[in-house]
Amino acid sequence: MYITGRDGMAVVKLDSGYNIGVPPESCSLMNRPVPVPSEQHEVLQDKNLPTLAIVSTGGTIASRIDYRTGSVTSQFNASDILTAIPELAEIANYHTIPLATILSENMTPAIWQDLARAIYTAIKNGAKGVIVTHGTDTMAYSAAVISFMIDTPVPIVFVGSQRSADRPSSDNAMNAVCAAAAATGDLGEVVVVMHATTNDDTCAIHRGTRVRKMHSSRRDAFRSLGVTPVGEVEYPSRKVTLKEDAVRRGTRTLALHDKLDPHCALVQFYPGMTPDLLKAYEGYHGLVIAGTGLGHTSTILIPPLKHLIEKGTLVIMTTQCMNGRVCDRVYDTGRDLLDAGVIEGGDMLPEVALTKLMWVLANERDKLKAAALMQDDLKGENMRRSAHGL
Amino acid sequence: MDYKVLGLVAGIEIHQQLDTKEKLFCHCPTTLRETAEHSGEFSRYLRATVSEMGLIDRAAKEEMKHDRMFRYYTYDTTCLVENDEEPPAPINDEALGVCLTIGKMFSMTPVPQVHTMRKLVIDGSNTSGFQRTALIAFNGVLPDSGQIETICLEEEAAQRVKDEVFSLDRLGIPLVEITTSPCMHTPEDVQNMAEYIGMVLRSTGKVKRGLGTIRQDVNISIAEGARVEIKGVQELDLIAEVVRREVQRQQNLLAIRDELKKRGANGDGTAGVDVTGLFKETKSTILKKAKKIHAIVLKGFAGLVGREIQPERRLGSEMSDYAKKCGVGGIFHTDELPGYGVTAEEVARLQTYVHASEQDCVILVAGANEKQTVCAIRQVIMRAKLAHSDKPVPEETRKMLESGSTAYMRPLPGADRMYPETDVLPVLIDNTRWDAVAIPELLTTKAERFVAAYGIEKNYALQLASSEKLPLFERAVQEGIKPKLAAFTILSTTTELRRDGVDISRVPDQVYLDMWHAVESGKAAREAVPEIFRSIAEGNSFAEALGRLAPAVSREDLEKIVRKIIAERKDFVAQKGRAALGPLMGVVMAEVRGSIDGRVVSEILKKEIDAATTMR
Repeated sequence: MYITGRDGMAVVKLDSGYNIGVPPESCSLMNRPVPVPSEQHEVLQDKNLPTLAIVSTGGTIASRIDYRTGSVTSQFNASDILTAIPELAEIANYHTIPLATILSENMTPAIWQDLARAIYTAIKNGAKGVIVTHGTDTMAYSAAVISFMIDTPVPIVFVGSQRSADRPSSDNAMNAVCAAAAATGDLGEVVVVMHATTNDDTCAIHRGTRVRKMHSSRRDAFRSLGVTPVGEVEYPSRKVTLKEDAVRRGTRTLALHDKLDPHCALVQFYPGMTPDLLKAYEGYHGLVIAGTGLGHTSTILIPPLKHLIEKGTLVIMTTQCMNGRVCDRVYDTGRDLLDAGVIEGGDMLPEVALTKLMWVLANERDKLKAAALMQDDLKGENMRRSAHGL
Repeated sequence: MDYKVLGLVAGIEIHQQLDTKEKLFCHCPTTLRETAEHSGEFSRYLRATVSEMGLIDRAAKEEMKHDRMFRYYTYDTTCLVENDEEPPAPINDEALGVCLTIGKMFSMTPVPQVHTMRKLVIDGSNTSGFQRTALIAFNGVLPDSGQIETICLEEEAAQRVKDEVFSLDRLGIPLVEITTSPCMHTPEDVQNMAEYIGMVLRSTGKVKRGLGTIRQDVNISIAEGARVEIKGVQELDLIAEVVRREVQRQQNLLAIRDELKKRGANGDGTAGVDVTGLFKETKSTILKKAKKIHAIVLKGFAGLVGREIQPERRLGSEMSDYAKKCGVGGIFHTDELPGYGVTAEEVARLQTYVHASEQDCVILVAGANEKQTVCAIRQVIMRAKLAHSDKPVPEETRKMLESGSTAYMRPLPGADRMYPETDVLPVLIDNTRWDAVAIPELLTTKAERFVAAYGIEKNYALQLASSEKLPLFERAVQEGIKPKLAAFTILSTTTELRRDGVDISRVPDQVYLDMWHAVESGKAAREAVPEIFRSIAEGNSFAEALGRLAPAVSREDLEKIVRKIIAERKDFVAQKGRAALGPLMGVVMAEVRGSIDGRVVSEILKKEIDAATTMR
């Protein structure tokens, strides 16, 4: 059976199931099979269970890959998901919202705004929790920005999978089940729920503003930095345990602040970085620098930074160490950066600072007030105490 | 038994591990480890996924009947790829090369573009839930007009330590899978063919040796029977017996079917009856422990469930294997009761309760809960229906038991278990690459050459050609060692030492070579070889062993000694000429205390006598 073309060869599936590539001229068309749509049956949902909304952005929670075209199937409804992961039906009934089918590296501030609106509407319409399926590459950015855009009384749970859903060992099912358990739990904030270790026994619940993807492929890539996770979900028992500082259900009142200023950037300083690179950011409203150590750039970058700030760019200093807090009052370079008008970003993660900056600048015109907001702790992103070490 | 009349058709699949430097899809070494050395462990669940055609494989479905958590041992020689925590590396080119060599040795046609596939395997033996495999070449030629259908390059599965615990050291070792066509018609044919293919594989010098490094699966059917795949025959000598027993099993299943038809038997029940209450006071520990006991009456099956179909196996064993898939320990049937702690009164009470007559067989299933028991009864009914159907031999995958009989494993997998490994890019096998593949000499041809060129006796030559030390032998000959000396050490000396309990595997190849060179140059006597090996096996270095057991008298020293002795007996030598050799041998040997091979002494003595006499 002819499957597809690849590097000039015709890929053919043999009766044994093996694919091989052969020169196209050695093939002849015998017949064209009528594509049979795969079996679809409606899965009944238990209306007595709480209702959860599932917003899909292209994550692999229940996706099917069409190997002939290589594309991810566009069908996405509750039946699809429940067919793929039957355990979910024991936890809740689901209302699905297909928002996008993108690879997460193609995420944009405009899609973040659509996402925030979709989640807000779902909660307003009575969802007891929201699950957002998301590619893992930029999931932490999205979780952070949604944390700022929505004040939520219910859990908003981001979930994805590190090992694709087309393999029997995929982490998608366990992550999804744990996400659903967390979404029906006593939480009232934006979190990421993913494997806590390489074992299929526990998922960690990470605060959306403190989480980072720390490994390119492992299941337990997501880690809370500067804090411990706010809770965990056991598998397969689905027991949810929340830490004392986890924001509880109903604490906040539902509100949507969906404006974002996309004219913001994040730049990582490195030894030998030339001043002219900073010129590219002229006209940007905000710039986050991932500086070295306590929050430094080289001395020669200070004049161009001062120039940017005088032209109206709000410059926030964070640390590329990821762990720990910025302090620009220890060394001369730091003091010079402060004198130039750079704002210390506390212990905010660089990419969290970026999403916060987009949100702050869209909602606060006054530069001084905006700078003060950047130093405030709005959603757990900028902690007053460094309680947790490495 | 006339197998041709029975319509025996058999084919084999041979799985051979390759001795490459790295694994097939990662850069870990291909070394096997002791499980006690494991450095960590982790646990996972597996679930069946749909194939690219949108279907779930029937064999995978069977494995899904109960949820199992698998545990895996990791080592400092395994990595995130074995842990299924990192995408695979490109396919190992060394392994692909060996596979192409084997293909060419069987005159096969290579695939123009190799595509790696995922073969769904969710019994836990692969962390990913699939085994990566690629079809490399097809249409091979075997002796006696046999055919090879395909040769595939696969990754080896993880080794089961016990129950659901697996060891990751073996996972990912390259494996070639050679599938013959169903071209064999007697049990002996099958065994001979397996032997021949094994010989060809070893001729590459790139395959692993030892127990477990080669495994045979046998496909067998007889006319009216069905294709059955028997997995994991490790000993070559058992292959013919496995085939004989499978033929016997299929014949007996056909006979049972005929008998059931004659009796008008029917196993068409749909569900069992709860009989838990009947066994409240039972002495049977299994039934006492069970939370739920169900019974099903198989009408007209009496005596047939307990009938032997191959040594140690009954129709009841087949039903039991099916039931075990639901997690129960097995079944009881009235053909074997009273027994196992179940009394005659209990049997009578059971038969009355379920309205079973003397012609019927009652099956009992004891489970830990209702779900398990219901599932197991369903499996028994399914197997019973097959027994009196038009196809009383189910197509299935079976595993070999120690004696050569077999037990049910799962249904034959279909093509639905294959889907593309999207993380591995296709590899082109163009003419340039294929033409460059060199065909190594067959071991049998090599043996003939050893007979002709080195005068080694035929049996010896064959042993040598299939010995693990063959590369050492060839290197020694290349370095100028006398073939017979090397052959004698490899085949005879080491065997004798091994019989004496000496751990000869502790002697590295380089020591063999150093040793032979020492003998050839007269630094050690041939006779000292066993003692030197023994000493090295005990932990001494070659230099130590040589120093202690063959005191160092160099060729130069020996020449000096000989010259001195000749000089002292100048007149005697002058008078006797060559005839002085004999008497002087004794003098020299006494001087060197027997630490030098007599032939070397004689050779040098001869040379020095000649020199002394011609100088005159």
